[in-house]
Amino acid sequence: MTFRKYLVLAGVTVFGAAGDSVLSHGMKQVGNISIHDLPSLIFAVMNPYVAIGILLLLTFIVLNMTALSWADLTYVLPATSMGYVLLALSARFILHEQVSLTRWLGIVLISGGVGFIAGSPALTSHLHGEEQSPLLAAKGAARNGAPSGSPSHPAHAEEVVSSVVEP
Amino acid sequence: MKHAYIWGGILTIAFFSVVGDVLLARAMKQVGDVHALWRSAGLWTVVSRVASNPNIFMGVAAMTVAFFTLLFALSWGDLSLVAPAAASLTFIGNAFAAKIFLHEKVDRRRWIAAVMVAAGVALLAG
Repeated sequence: MTFRKYLVLAGVTVFGAAGDSVLSHGMKQVGNISIHDLPSLIFAVMNPYVAIGILLLLTFIVLNMTALSWADLTYVLPATSMGYVLLALSARFILHEQVSLTRWLGIVLISGGVGFIAGSPALTSHLHGEEQSPLLAAKGAARNGAPSGSPSHPAHAEEVVSSVVEP
Repeated sequence: MKHAYIWGGILTIAFFSVVGDVLLARAMKQVGDVHALWRSAGLWTVVSRVASNPNIFMGVAAMTVAFFTLLFALSWGDLSLVAPAAASLTFIGNAFAAKIFLHEKVDRRRWIAAVMVAAGVALLAG
């Protein structure tokens, strides 16, 4: 795990937590939405807090997808769950709200869970050859000096090999 | 009746979140390491590989359903109940789904982490 990868996981944590709380604030301003009045959902997006919340959550999704490209789902999810701890700690130390003993126990459990997976390998799943990215398959072939291309994407992989091999 | 709506919403969010997470994780594994891909082939290659993967669209569709259900549920119940309860169920659901559909090695350490985080999130809602 490189520093950049830890930074991506931190970004997932912060943008997820910020998006949830800003969106919640916006939805409280919008008020109750009836299931029979679907168009009012569109108007809810006009609320600036809802709009900013959606933007923050979109950033969260992009960072989350980046993390999922090099780590297991069962690694990324617990690793980024510190967002809940951040929300509770900001409620205590920034908003000076009372945090109950139960919540402190929740914080300890989440932190412990994150600690449990922190030292474990980020990636354990290995996709089959035909499911692998053509680029990575092509890079492997180029590195091994084998004829270019994967069986499932021969023509495309050949192109990619040349783009990888040529400077 | 309001509780039935809230818990129905929470279960729906959790179900579609698990489906979305699994599809996105599968798609991104098929795309490959984004950092390595970006460095070797450029941003456009990353974008085109992501955009041409059908699992991405199905995953985003499932997450969109989860998101709009969250909007409804937030207007009925508090964020402090809806978000942690749905997230808690999603953690457990994802551990099962990742083992079955993504063939991840969910060893004892990861199960303990998933259960601790799910329990911690549930307690934070209390």
